[in-house]
Amino acid sequence: MATKTYCEMISRSQPGPGDGGNTGSWRVKRPIIDYDKCIPAKTKKRACFTCWLLCPDCVVSKTIPPAINLDYCKGCGICAEECPAGAIEMVDEASQTGKEK
Amino acid sequence: MAEKTTILNLTEEEFVHSGNRACTGCGLSIVYRIGLKALGKNSVLVVPPSCLTVLQGLYPVASTKLPCVNVTFASTAAAATGVRSAMMALGKDDVNVVAWAGDGGTSDIGIQALSGACERGDNIIYICYDNEAYMNTGVQRSGTTPQGVLTTTTPIKGKLQVKKDVPAIIAAHGIPYVATASAAFPLDFYDKVKKATTIHGPKYIHVHTPCPPGWGFDTRYTIKVGKLAVETGLFDLYEIENGSFSLSAPSQRLVGKKRPPVSDYFAAQGRFKSLDTDMVNTIQQQVDAKWAA
Repeated sequence: MATKTYCEMISRSQPGPGDGGNTGSWRVKRPIIDYDKCIPAKTKKRACFTCWLLCPDCVVSKTIPPAINLDYCKGCGICAEECPAGAIEMVDEASQTGKEK
Repeated sequence: MAEKTTILNLTEEEFVHSGNRACTGCGLSIVYRIGLKALGKNSVLVVPPSCLTVLQGLYPVASTKLPCVNVTFASTAAAATGVRSAMMALGKDDVNVVAWAGDGGTSDIGIQALSGACERGDNIIYICYDNEAYMNTGVQRSGTTPQGVLTTTTPIKGKLQVKKDVPAIIAAHGIPYVATASAAFPLDFYDKVKKATTIHGPKYIHVHTPCPPGWGFDTRYTIKVGKLAVETGLFDLYEIENGSFSLSAPSQRLVGKKRPPVSDYFAAQGRFKSLDTDMVNTIQQQVDAKWAA
């Protein structure tokens, strides 16, 4: 049997992002990083990255400075709660969507 | 022992895609993401119906980048045995075969298959994430739900029976490696999974994963609640390697120290609302007695 036919037969899924849709739309509060307080952004060194480690949805990047992918961020707020420098603040989504327009 | 993993040397490679169906603030998502980093590319997952099946998504899109077999509830460990045999037949002995099930799928429905696999000594890793109820079907009580917890099937007085100690049951099979971990200590969990990949024979890891909708707390406190469970002494982190017991660092730190009262942990969640003071005191005494020993 051809591999393709077999994969269709067993209904094999292909990996890909966004199987739950654009999960950023679930968000009620948006995380905003204050780069003056954020440790890797402030020191320009690879340090901390607690938000990257604890993010359940892998939307925080391990870069200097860390960035949050808002397309998929569900807005749980774990990063804001656990940030040792208190650099992440959860703000109302509604107050931000207006600014984008 | 291998060098301890830190945030900085933890791999950046992700095996879980963003935008999956897991709830906001899911403890399992953190554990799954970190666990797959530890297992690496060369792994096959076996998953029964659970929150993890929800997380993996619906056909034709999957959120996991690894091959994953979805099997029936009762057959998780047996199916993993089958996958291992298939890998042996293909000459791929270096593949990690990992069964990843929920607490219901492990402690209630899947325990006979798991017990069988442990007794046969199959070379598999079994990871049970314990969110202490059947969460994806709407919070029904399971064998590992703690005493006094409100669920949709124990709605008034809470569960009357005590939590089933699954790691101890599995350890009684005399398998080479049994460990407990928590979503609040992901690096500790990473090291345990990494260690499990190096051991031959059945390995069992029990992970405590806080669940914001099921436990009744705000999504941002997932890690805080998980840490409280460990710090109050209710959920201990340990390893049993070839029969020798050792506490892991987060629990080891508590030995001889004053622990926060268990009421702190109960107050942080909605599911313990029905507990009265007598019950809380009894549980506190049980925990104190356990730690005194």
